[in-house]
Amino acid sequence: MGRAKDKSGPLARRPDNSAFKQQRLPAWSPMLTANTVLPFFYLMALICMLLGVWLLLTVQSTREVKLDYTEHGACERCFQMRKNVSFAGEPCTCEVNFSIGKQFKGDVFFYYGLKNFHQNLRRYMDSRDDGQTVGRKNKLKNPSGYCEPFARDSNGVPIAPCGAVANSMFNDTFTLTYHQSSRSIPVPLLRTGLTWYTDKNIKYRNPAVDNLTLAQAFEGTVRPLYWQKAVYELDPDDPNNNGFINDDLIIWMREAAFPNFKKLYGILNRNDNVKFAKGLPSGNYTINITYNFPVQPFRGRKEVVLTTLTWFGGQNHFLPVAYLVTSSLLFLTAVVLTVVWWKFGKKGKNMQLTFQ
Amino acid sequence: MLGCLYVHCRSETTSQDKGLRKVTRPPAPSPRSCASRLCSVLAEKERRVKANDREHNDRFPYADNRIKTSKYNAFTFLPVNLFEQFQRVANAYFVILLILQLIPEISSLSWFTTIVPLGLVLAITAVKDATDDYFRHRSDQQVNNRQSQVLIRGSVQNEKWMNVRVGDIIKLENNQFVAADLLLLCSSEPYGLCYVETADLDGETNLKVRQAPNVTSDLGDVSRLTDFDGEVICEPPNNKLDKFTGTLHWRDNEYSLDNEKMLLRGCVLRNTEWCFGMVIFAGLQTKLMQNCGKTKFKRTSLDKLMNTLVLWIFAFLVCMGVILAIGNSIWESWIGRRFEVFLPWGESRSSAVLSGFLTFWSYVIILNTVVPISLYVSVEVLRLSHSLFINWDQKMFCGRTDTPAEARTTTLNEELGQVEFIFSDKTGTLTQNIMAFSKCSIDGQTYGDIYDEFDQRVEITEKTACVDFSFNPLCDRGFKFHDSSLVEATKREDPAVQEFFRLLALCHTVMPEEKSEGDLVYQAQSPDEGALVTAARNFGFVFRARTPETVTLWEMGRAVTYQLLAILDFNNVRKRMSVIVKNPEGHIKLYCKGADTLIFDRLDPSCSRLMNETSEHLSEFAGEGLRTLALACKDIDEEYYEAWAERLRCGSTAIEDREEQLAVLYEEIEQGMKLLGATAIEDKLQEGVPETIARLNLADIKIWVLTGDKLETAMNIGYSCNMLRDDMNEVFVVSGQTRLEVQQQLRSAKEHIVGLSRVSSPGDIEKSDAFADDSVFEEAIIAEYALVINGHSLAHALEPQLEHILLDLACLCKTVICCRVTPLQKAQVVELVRRHRGAVTLAVGDGANDVSMIKTAHIGVGISGQEGMQAVLASDYSFAQFRCLQRLLLVHGRWSYFRMCNFLGYFFYKNFAFTLVHFWYGFFCGFSAQTVYDQWFITLFNIVYTSLPVLAMGLFDQTLSKSYRTSVTRTVCATRACTNRASRTFSSTSAGSSCAPCRG
Repeated sequence: MGRAKDKSGPLARRPDNSAFKQQRLPAWSPMLTANTVLPFFYLMALICMLLGVWLLLTVQSTREVKLDYTEHGACERCFQMRKNVSFAGEPCTCEVNFSIGKQFKGDVFFYYGLKNFHQNLRRYMDSRDDGQTVGRKNKLKNPSGYCEPFARDSNGVPIAPCGAVANSMFNDTFTLTYHQSSRSIPVPLLRTGLTWYTDKNIKYRNPAVDNLTLAQAFEGTVRPLYWQKAVYELDPDDPNNNGFINDDLIIWMREAAFPNFKKLYGILNRNDNVKFAKGLPSGNYTINITYNFPVQPFRGRKEVVLTTLTWFGGQNHFLPVAYLVTSSLLFLTAVVLTVVWWKFGKKGKNMQLTFQ
Repeated sequence: MLGCLYVHCRSETTSQDKGLRKVTRPPAPSPRSCASRLCSVLAEKERRVKANDREHNDRFPYADNRIKTSKYNAFTFLPVNLFEQFQRVANAYFVILLILQLIPEISSLSWFTTIVPLGLVLAITAVKDATDDYFRHRSDQQVNNRQSQVLIRGSVQNEKWMNVRVGDIIKLENNQFVAADLLLLCSSEPYGLCYVETADLDGETNLKVRQAPNVTSDLGDVSRLTDFDGEVICEPPNNKLDKFTGTLHWRDNEYSLDNEKMLLRGCVLRNTEWCFGMVIFAGLQTKLMQNCGKTKFKRTSLDKLMNTLVLWIFAFLVCMGVILAIGNSIWESWIGRRFEVFLPWGESRSSAVLSGFLTFWSYVIILNTVVPISLYVSVEVLRLSHSLFINWDQKMFCGRTDTPAEARTTTLNEELGQVEFIFSDKTGTLTQNIMAFSKCSIDGQTYGDIYDEFDQRVEITEKTACVDFSFNPLCDRGFKFHDSSLVEATKREDPAVQEFFRLLALCHTVMPEEKSEGDLVYQAQSPDEGALVTAARNFGFVFRARTPETVTLWEMGRAVTYQLLAILDFNNVRKRMSVIVKNPEGHIKLYCKGADTLIFDRLDPSCSRLMNETSEHLSEFAGEGLRTLALACKDIDEEYYEAWAERLRCGSTAIEDREEQLAVLYEEIEQGMKLLGATAIEDKLQEGVPETIARLNLADIKIWVLTGDKLETAMNIGYSCNMLRDDMNEVFVVSGQTRLEVQQQLRSAKEHIVGLSRVSSPGDIEKSDAFADDSVFEEAIIAEYALVINGHSLAHALEPQLEHILLDLACLCKTVICCRVTPLQKAQVVELVRRHRGAVTLAVGDGANDVSMIKTAHIGVGISGQEGMQAVLASDYSFAQFRCLQRLLLVHGRWSYFRMCNFLGYFFYKNFAFTLVHFWYGFFCGFSAQTVYDQWFITLFNIVYTSLPVLAMGLFDQTLSKSYRTSVTRTVCATRACTNRASRTFSSTSAGSSCAPCRG
């Protein structure tokens, strides 16, 4: 407006006749009448219902087994044992049996689940040092203050990996066995390749090894207080899965958003044994558990989950149910509106006229 | 006053890029200059300035002529600007937040989440302030460095404006800006006259004449000016542009000074070769600069609502924080306690309660996104654009005068959609204010109507034959008159008719401009005067030339020069003006023209018969909607005049109560006059007025006309613009002279409408506050009534005892017309409605007499018409035609309001939807103040990711299409019905959004 106009003459100050300035830009404002609103409601109800049914079918097509082994059978003993901290060093194993009625087709995923474990507390989530786990040498010996009180042990030696998150890492281990007519076949599980690419290759790095062993690289640090072995002993066989780039550690360090969660433990290796090439066959199975992780203090539960996945993920009914509920609500509203319209509005006035 | 400031400041930047004008904000006085000004005002009871004596003047703390409108310099910019910005609540809040975030125990978000948006907002504002100030610096510098010619040690030297001091004598040449407030000493023109254009001061474009005091007008050469050592004693600096009182002491004599002898800074010298002036006020103490920096803030109801909402949001934030903190305490003591194996409480949170306390602050940080930091910025952007849309609207552009509509304030747009009462001036607002001399009554005989052979009056149309003025070589060709009998009467040399036109040619303040022989142009300040002088000119009494002491007429072809002894000027209280002249024969005569009631009160008893006849004619004229004036004259005895003139001289040099003293003297001499006749001037209705009024009526906007015209004129205009109709049930006319009468009339009118039962008995007038619930039955009255009330009666009706019944009655009527009202009464009426009805009021007018009403109303609209710019300068919106009001209110106002409401609703919705996620997540994460989103997302959500969609909606949303809008104006009522729309949206969005994000 302020710019000097180069026009002159009697209409020099006349505003420009542009669509923008005259507020004539193309616009659309829907007039809400029964003829448009009612079909819209029915249509939306239909669409939501179709989506819901489709998602429901997808979810139903996944197969899932969930076993709470916290106090299950033989694990009761271990549960009691882990109540007492003084037995923390003593190993305890137990096994859980289950059977599959129908074959699990395709890739089968093995999860462990925790309930009532709050990985999402702010101070818990803050209690880690990403600088350390990304392999910075100076951070390795100098963990950040956020890790307190799990930054150094009682002698002042830095902990690697430091912080409450790493310290509380889940340390039960599982082996799965398939029983085929008195023969026990171990079910092969892939224990690597479970993480995101960025986590494994960028976010987590071991300190530069050069020509040292990993143990030497971690020299001058101690393992977290609750751990039974040091970080460089997590998988001594596979240097690509040891130290900070251990899959189990990486998965644990990606904190769950809710107090009940499951984390990937392994994937069925279908190439190892012809028996499992098509997935898990039906039959009886046993899971051998090294029962280390105490859940009694916070009244938590532990479980294992075996499941197949679709594009939609695991067996999660939230979205299909939500769609179906929305659909039925829409339909209900539509019916009520139709009745109202039929009874009162049909021969009545236009909506705008009600203002008068 | 923003607009006024803009003009003032414009004068200082005139030669610059025009784009600058609007960017440059009126400079708020910096604290320092304010303080110094305050001191000098406190100290300065009167000003004593001695010409050519810098030593003397330096003893007083008078400002020099350097102006400084800029606020900062390079060093003070950062601290001062930041200090100013942190005075805003929202900014201060975010600084506190930042401090909280630096405490590690509390910090739930990194510090950058706060500092980035805060920094952005601060930076944008700072950059804007800096550019504004840079331009102010530039314009200051440019103005300060202008050259002026100063008389120093006996010679005229060039000097920068900023070095000019009080008491200096400076020389101005034609078309130069006046450098400071000067006392005019002498000029190149005879009698020390000079002409100035004051367009930058008050926007009026007609030339004004200024005259040097007689004693100094012959100091024409430098040496005599150097010796001039007069001392001026005058009032301290003030901002009254049209007033100046002072005296000049020179050679043991006192001479009175007034505004007519002053050249104010900002004026431009015209038609005058040169003049000399003595600096009285300089720099920041000039009247121009004193008018800057005073801003009046009008706030809209939505503004208030917004502030309340923000406060509620704060309260809501605290509530959420408390709930979550309590939740945290409980959670920690029930569950967190058992989780200590994995996450010990540590020293800083030794107990659940302490943990809860810390959590509260953590949540205050996390939930800060509900408090809309960018809201104020966005609202400013929206308002500015809405104003631009008004400026850009072609439908509000008047092609004839090349005037687009102008939104002079940006803050009131949405209030336009809420207007319930319009107070309108009549002349120039409803009518064109292009005056044409239409009829007159001379010595009991009317002229102006034409009759056919059967003595039937003939309707005057375009085709009616005009009187031929060819006998008069000096006539104005544009002048039309249809009754030839008047010309014959002048040719007959009828003494009454001659005296009548002589008066019209003598008694006025018009300036003639004769560009070439016989080509006369009149510069009139009011169109009425112009019309009357033009009429006299055509009928053979040509006003030819004026000097301060004489007026030269061309009476029926021969030049007659009258000595002008005194002008008793016009004002709104006197409502009349007079001149006292001495004709060539040596007779002294007083000619007076003015409002008929005032003239009739001062007539000689001998002409009572004529008075009756004339007043009959007057009411006849007024009934046709014409504006009338009565004319009278008086012979004055020479001795009597001498005595009177002596007292006048005394009175006019007084510094205190000068006005009152003069008024008494004027009153004294304007007695016992003889009536000459009356004039009637026609003022045509503006284009589209009846349609506009009808449409605004449909939108249930009540229109009250407040006019200075007579009852009959006003009613007539009322009929012609559809406000009064014959099919109305009743038109109440209240014209009582005493309070009792008025009360009686108001009461009976109200009884008539609502029936006896509802009118309270006389005893409990005081208790009539009960009328607050009247709105209920107001709706129930279908019949249409109108109220016409006279100025006299209005004065009584506005008294505290009667104002309630007046307001009550007025609100029951469809149309209210107040006539013969003073500017003050106009403001009082607006104030009455504003105070008691709580409704949004809009006042529209075009003249100086509407300024008070324009300023009083919520929204003031100025019509830029014939009567100068004063109303426009005081207004919030201005345009050229009354009919634009329809578009302003029904289209722009409505859109603005809806857009603003939707914008606020949307804005709060998105903030709540975003923030409440964290609230609900608290229930899952042990109330530990863990965030769900990435920190950068939280940081940028408000200012980057979601700012454009809300702005787009606030800018472009059109609730109803334009064509639909103007056809069904009734929807405006619906608009108003949802005054609390925004607050409703607010509560519903907060309720709605609180459910939205919980998806386990």
